[in-house]
Amino acid sequence: MTDAPETRDALSALDRPNSYIGKTMPRPNLDRLMQGRGLYVSDIELPRMGHVVFLRSPHAHAKITGINALAARQLPGVIAVVTGQELATVITPWVGVLSHLKGLKSAPQSAIAIDRACWQGEAVAAIVATSRAAAEDAAEQVSVGYDELDAVTDMRTALDPTTSVIHASLGDNLAFERHHDAGAVEDAFAASDEVVDVEFIFGRHTGVTLEPRSVVADWNAAEARLTIYQGTQAPHMVQNIAALHLGLQEAQVRVVCKDVGGSFGIKVHIYADEMATYALSKLLRRPIKFVADRVESFNTDIHARDHRCRGRIGVKRNGTIMAFEIDDLTGIGPYSMYPRTSAIEANQVVNLVGGPYVTRNYRARARVVFQNKNVMCQYRAVGHPIACSVTEGLVDLAAMKIGMDPVEIRRRNLIADDAYPCASPSGLRFEQLSHHAALAKLIRMMDYDVLRAEQAALRARNIHRGIGIASFIEVTNPSAAFYGVGGAKISSQDGVTVRLDAQGAVICQTSITEQGQGSESLTAQIVGSVLGVSMDRVRVILGDTDNTPYGGGTWASRGAGIGGEAALQATKVLRRNILDVAAAILQMTPGELDIVNNNVVNAGDGTSRIELGELARIVYFRPDTLPPGIQPELMATRHFVPRAYPFAFTNGVQASWLEVDTETGFVKLLKHWVVEDCGTIINPQLVDEQIRGGVVQGLGAALFEKCVYDERGQLTNASMADYLVPMSGEMPDIDIGHVVSPTLESELGAKGAGEAGTAGAAAAVTNAVNDALRPFGTIVTEIPLTPQIILTALGRI
Amino acid sequence: MTPVAISLDVNGERVEAHVLPRLNLADFLREHLKLTGTHVGCEHGICGACTVRVNGEIVRSCLILAIQTQDASVETIEGLSDSGEIADLQRAFRDRNALQCGFCTPGMLMAAQDLLKQSSEPDREQIREHLSGNYCRCTGYQAIVDAIETTAWSRAGRTP
Repeated sequence: MTDAPETRDALSALDRPNSYIGKTMPRPNLDRLMQGRGLYVSDIELPRMGHVVFLRSPHAHAKITGINALAARQLPGVIAVVTGQELATVITPWVGVLSHLKGLKSAPQSAIAIDRACWQGEAVAAIVATSRAAAEDAAEQVSVGYDELDAVTDMRTALDPTTSVIHASLGDNLAFERHHDAGAVEDAFAASDEVVDVEFIFGRHTGVTLEPRSVVADWNAAEARLTIYQGTQAPHMVQNIAALHLGLQEAQVRVVCKDVGGSFGIKVHIYADEMATYALSKLLRRPIKFVADRVESFNTDIHARDHRCRGRIGVKRNGTIMAFEIDDLTGIGPYSMYPRTSAIEANQVVNLVGGPYVTRNYRARARVVFQNKNVMCQYRAVGHPIACSVTEGLVDLAAMKIGMDPVEIRRRNLIADDAYPCASPSGLRFEQLSHHAALAKLIRMMDYDVLRAEQAALRARNIHRGIGIASFIEVTNPSAAFYGVGGAKISSQDGVTVRLDAQGAVICQTSITEQGQGSESLTAQIVGSVLGVSMDRVRVILGDTDNTPYGGGTWASRGAGIGGEAALQATKVLRRNILDVAAAILQMTPGELDIVNNNVVNAGDGTSRIELGELARIVYFRPDTLPPGIQPELMATRHFVPRAYPFAFTNGVQASWLEVDTETGFVKLLKHWVVEDCGTIINPQLVDEQIRGGVVQGLGAALFEKCVYDERGQLTNASMADYLVPMSGEMPDIDIGHVVSPTLESELGAKGAGEAGTAGAAAAVTNAVNDALRPFGTIVTEIPLTPQIILTALGRI
Repeated sequence: MTPVAISLDVNGERVEAHVLPRLNLADFLREHLKLTGTHVGCEHGICGACTVRVNGEIVRSCLILAIQTQDASVETIEGLSDSGEIADLQRAFRDRNALQCGFCTPGMLMAAQDLLKQSSEPDREQIREHLSGNYCRCTGYQAIVDAIETTAWSRAGRTP
């Protein structure tokens, strides 16, 4: 562990002259995006393409008594109106369960609802026309008969015997339940000097990717092959699922992923309307395009969070944390999502609570219930914001109770930086974390004591500012333990192929995907550094199941750690192969040569011996001049998956400095700090921008974002005018620092940084608000922290 | 509905077309002229992804109809890129990684250039205020503010 980015001794392949590792390099694909010359799915047009619009249930729960599409079918431009029953002839239903989530149950879900709609927004018919406008016109002419059914909307009463059961075949509305009991929790609470017991409430919110979900599906009946253009994070997963449910071999399905307008987990799932689009293409034997509009996005993009978590902490007067206990309840909509399931978030909450701290006494229950609301599933930092807000909220409230500074209680309880490897109270294994180094750095960055003095001075003037601290751990680089062991065909390994082309440039195909994180850039940086070529010679191809190795894609902060390591290892092989050929040409041994700056050079004195373009020319066009017995292989493939640990863990700490207007209840964010340890940093700028973007998504959840449902299951704010997202005016500048503890699982040592910002932002803000409200003797434990919640806490309304 | 003839300048080229009165400018640019750099994010005037210039003023192209641009001069991200008008701003965005997925970026650049034309040295708060109608889910805005601030300084002949 070091305080600043450094290259480890072990990283010999990376620690080379002109290495790009650890350097800020502009991403190669930016000009295309800045000039409006990207290719997003909504930009794609194919010959004979039809546009599908889905007619969606206006009711949260209703029996479909009939669909009359006669009038719609007569309208100009209408190609077809397809019901769920009709589509079921080409696509089979699915059940979103995984075997390692024991007891998880769900009901069969169809691409288009058959007989019954289970949430407001579920598709009940597809209208395909020559333009989206024509399809929308026709949709207005389709009449659907509904008998409304009782809607289960309140997760707190979903399990009551008097509440109707959404899927009778399941027996009740309980999707999943997990219990965990470690250490001696009762004894620990009994031995505590103080116990804090509060309920934390997390609003249901969603991803609001600026580009809505979009698909173009192109079934070519002559080739018996389906090409799916989709902005997905996991192309091979889409290939597997589409083939499985359309009765095809995976070889008959190609998934192409060009530019993606934001995903954050929203686009790592497979939605019913996307399945329906694939099926419509097969049924109608032509390309079909689906682009969700914004209202559909709010009603059908997965929602996340929506937890009510009762938390307890026991603490000694000397600050020793004795135990944590949680009872978490979450509502996931009527179906567990497919194929990743909707039990993962609650499972993560159980896994992560108490994670940064020494205490081994931890008891947890998590229950996941069905409701007649939109489906819920994994969104950026799955479970982390809940676990972090509960843990850090409890730690701050405990500190408040015993009159201890929030930094001091953390210093006394965070796992020591030299205590690794060790395990969390929930049994997660940590290789190497750096909570204390991170906290110390944060305190320096924010000038904690000065800020405290400023806070005290302002309080005297009736200005109420608060400081909130939140330590966190982050799951990255998941192995097969995440999905594969549960039976999902979601690869945990990734592959990279690198080859030298005939002019000495490098073509690299990787199974990770790009949605703006910089996957393309970090891959090029690794390949260029390891091989000894300049980055402008490296072209990276991603997002195409026909043209990349098989792999998982980009999610769960796995791109750099897993895909990056595969790139490193593949490039090492290519480098060896190039040096073997060069040695044969130059009548030397490979060990006497190196590749630097696009040239094979003498390892000893750096003298250029042969340019890579010249070497490639000889290999590809004049192999007759090579010594006998030499068969050059200027292409290499390697795959990588972590094996020693089921997950890499990163850690960090965030701080928020804000002002609460106690008259209006408004919160003004003044500054935010993050110190993060993501292991080896490949491109500092990309890491920092991942963290900043993640923080702002967390700040949105903390202050603004909530899908507001009424008691009948109607989403009442499904527009960007009503659902508030963070805009530039409300967001603070965010300072970022690093501690670097590379993982030893890989030569690269990178862990991942995609979730860190989102993991701890809301916890830091809530703690800061409570710090600001301290003189008023009140606390808040519900997000988003709207003026209403703050004024209610203050007793003003 | 009967198509209506319209005639306008788009990125300096004369365009004649027949469009339905209900067609909005964003869809006209994207679907009729294939200028797909103008993005559609919300279709109700909040997100700013579809921002273009009409007669020099930035507008939400999802909120005006194509027929309202009769005789107008419309400029899109493709036009501003090809003319070189915002080359320095684009360079600053690239150097600062002020875009991730890039979907908001054409609209963001339009709004930023509008500010830089009105105000030679906007401070960070003014920049944030001027961008307050452009949603970005990826960056958290800071890098965008930095890039615009840098461009403003360099256009004013100052160094930070």
